[in-house]
Amino acid sequence: MKSKVRYEPTIGLEIHCELRTNSKMFCGCPANHFGKTPNTQTCPVCLGLPGALPVPNRKAVEWTIMVGLALNSTINPESKFDRKHYFYPDLPKGYQISQYDEPLCFGGFLATSSGKVGITRVHLEEDTGKLQHTQLDGQKVSLVDFNRSGVALIEIVTDPDIHSASQAKEYSQKLQNIIRFLGVSDCDMEKGSMRLEANISWGLGLGYKVEVKNLNSFRFVEKAIDYELKRQKQILETGETPRQETRGWSEKTNTTMTQRYKETAADYRYFPEPDIPPMEFSKEFIARIRKTLPELPQTLVERLVKQLKVRGDYAEILVSDKNLLSFFEKALEIAGKSQIGADVLAGYLVNSKVDIAKTSPEIFISLLHKQKSEKVSDISLIDTWVKEALENFPDAVTDFKQGKTNAISALIGYVMKVSKGKADAVLARDMIEKSLKKS
Amino acid sequence: MFSDLTIVSAIDLLRKRKLSSLELIKNCLENIRKKNAQYNVVLSVVDEEVLLKEAGEADKTDFSLPLSGIPLIHKDLFSTANIRTTAGSKVLNSYSPVYDATVVRRLKEAGAIIVGKANEDAWGHGSSGENSDFGPTLNAYDKSRVAGGSSSGSAVAVALGMCLASTGTDTGGSIRVPAAFNNLVGLKPSYGRVSRYGIIAMASSLDSIGHITKTVADSALLLSVTAGKDPYDATTLDKKVPNYPQLLKRKDLKGIKIGVPPEYLNVGRKVTPGMDKKLEQITESSLQKFKMLGAEIVEVHLPYTEPALETYYVLVPSEVSSNLSRYDGVRYGNDRTNFGDEAKRRIMIGTYSLSSGYYDAYYKTAQKVRTLVCKDFEKAFMQADVIFAPVTPTPPPTIGEHTGNPLSLYLSDIYTVPINLAGLAALSLPAGFVDNLPVGIQLIGPQLSERKLFQIGKSYLQE
Repeated sequence: MKSKVRYEPTIGLEIHCELRTNSKMFCGCPANHFGKTPNTQTCPVCLGLPGALPVPNRKAVEWTIMVGLALNSTINPESKFDRKHYFYPDLPKGYQISQYDEPLCFGGFLATSSGKVGITRVHLEEDTGKLQHTQLDGQKVSLVDFNRSGVALIEIVTDPDIHSASQAKEYSQKLQNIIRFLGVSDCDMEKGSMRLEANISWGLGLGYKVEVKNLNSFRFVEKAIDYELKRQKQILETGETPRQETRGWSEKTNTTMTQRYKETAADYRYFPEPDIPPMEFSKEFIARIRKTLPELPQTLVERLVKQLKVRGDYAEILVSDKNLLSFFEKALEIAGKSQIGADVLAGYLVNSKVDIAKTSPEIFISLLHKQKSEKVSDISLIDTWVKEALENFPDAVTDFKQGKTNAISALIGYVMKVSKGKADAVLARDMIEKSLKKS
Repeated sequence: MFSDLTIVSAIDLLRKRKLSSLELIKNCLENIRKKNAQYNVVLSVVDEEVLLKEAGEADKTDFSLPLSGIPLIHKDLFSTANIRTTAGSKVLNSYSPVYDATVVRRLKEAGAIIVGKANEDAWGHGSSGENSDFGPTLNAYDKSRVAGGSSSGSAVAVALGMCLASTGTDTGGSIRVPAAFNNLVGLKPSYGRVSRYGIIAMASSLDSIGHITKTVADSALLLSVTAGKDPYDATTLDKKVPNYPQLLKRKDLKGIKIGVPPEYLNVGRKVTPGMDKKLEQITESSLQKFKMLGAEIVEVHLPYTEPALETYYVLVPSEVSSNLSRYDGVRYGNDRTNFGDEAKRRIMIGTYSLSSGYYDAYYKTAQKVRTLVCKDFEKAFMQADVIFAPVTPTPPPTIGEHTGNPLSLYLSDIYTVPINLAGLAALSLPAGFVDNLPVGIQLIGPQLSERKLFQIGKSYLQE
């Protein structure tokens, strides 16, 4: 490796989320395209027919501003749409309506456990159609489905502030959670309503970056970045510079593979979209949107810990899953009259792994009451089970000591199993933690 | 027969049952049959059976709609559901839209009958009508002359009695020039006054949707139908539409200040050629007529007139290159090899001027000059109600006169393009004849001044 340059994993993320507005970005077609019969949700506008004109979706603009506000961004008092030109069969107009030099939101940050990640910009654009490569009458053909064409899409770009694969994963998960809290996108990676791209290098001064696409799960984000950093390091160690290129993550091989070389920047010939007048936002308008923001994950965690005395890590788990949280809130309401406190409830909910999709908060609380009456809280008995667990799962013990705190669940699971579910899970957890830290 | 019939008088006759829509339609079809082969005016004619049925139905009504039973022809840039719409280009030779442009729909709802689609310079590119991929339309007054473009067929169709009025688009003179060259009234409304939805875009920030008629009164009537906010066009203005036909009562022009810019006459131009001497005389006598009607003539200055032309020919190709990129032949239409020379020329110039590294020098600079052109007019309108100008520097050229020299044709747009850059309203009016060839003058007004233009235009033509 060359001297002088400081080598440090340098990662920026570009995340696209489809907004769950009723209609598409520039026309009245339904935006919910998942699983619909191809080309049944189209009109002259999203098909790019001659003469059709785009009219922006007001809700999409407001929602993008909401996302910006939730990410501490500055809202541009003046913003506009631009045309981004490139040819591809799924892009019916030959250009995508996007935003270039005046995005709706710029600046801001999202805090992760290893530091703040700066937000470069949040902008609004339209999604493309979808190509299907298939066989028709024995011939290989490519078909286009325009149901997705024109669906409102936000792009959130970070500064190159991310320095590890795990931080990238944490950022992505937190972003997903924030956007779900706002209720403006499903952020479903499997359905493609949240799409991630990572720009990865070992430093800004090295004159290259590698863009990795096809990261359709948080696990792949982590794996792909780790793989890519290792691959680039090997090249750098031979004194070479990795090639500037776009690579795709392959689930099959667990590697990234070259998609195309990007030595010169593509010329998209951006220019202001003449069909849409520029937008202006007053301070009052932005203040009105700010008022509609729900309580965001970070504030909620703090409130759960401070007001309801919920353990910090439990609060994080509850808040990370919107469904789990609303289950918790309902259960808490029902439990209000009884003797079960929020801290205990949170503990049970996190540890017992109830299937919240199949259980109602009412049933959960009554089960809890039943368990409580049958519950074994005899410390000496639980201690016997804990010792057994530690002996039976030496790997879990080792893992825990190496920092993989999740390993504890195998141990708790064992205790619950031998006690036929009657052991006080919270107590058991405490005792296991103590023994692990002691030994 | 009916060649002098206006919409206003036809409506009157229809309502009095002295005329039927069926007679009107039959007469239009007769004129198309007799003259279209020679003049190359319409590219598609609606099925006769359909037309006769529509006219018959109109005849069953009491003609209470503003345009009941009136035959119109649309420029072939207007999307007409299930009627072939070519944009004058072989690329869309067999394209049939699934929907009506907003203006087409509004006119239909007002009772008008679409007879057919008019020839034009392909995609609207040109001011002579010679750039049509289907051959030039010939001037209604002299078959050796151009019709003027790009709404060439629209003008000649009205002049030859194939319809009572026609629609057109004006991006840099495309309504005013053919109207002037065929002794007709051409309206280029203010940008945003009339919806562009469904009309094949040439240069989106300049395209203005208007019409060609025999009289100012007809023009006012049509605008009262086509104008107004359209939820499908975000650039339409949310301003009330005046009842234009009712506001045409003025007889003289006392108190009206008409501005005359020396830059538009023969003074001090470097790039563009001067004006034809005989045309200059006609322009001068038109001006005298305004004076006699009581108008005050004042001098106004438009120093950015020549840069306006240069700016126009950077901005228009830039937007053209973008707007034509959807014609890839993947979903509809023929492939790109079908583009004609002028379209290719504009695509290349526009692609160049939008490319990174050239954008600042061309597109961005042109946008700045555009602002200066707007300011020119703002200042002028502080001194005058409207501005008087010629439409073209010469009478209709002979067919082929500019062939092989596209630049010389561009330069002849000097009087019309600045108006589009500033989004103003303009009305071109017949001014007389130079050696039996029709020529026109135009009145230019501020945004949304159509009402004033109609009033002054009507006095001038003494309708």
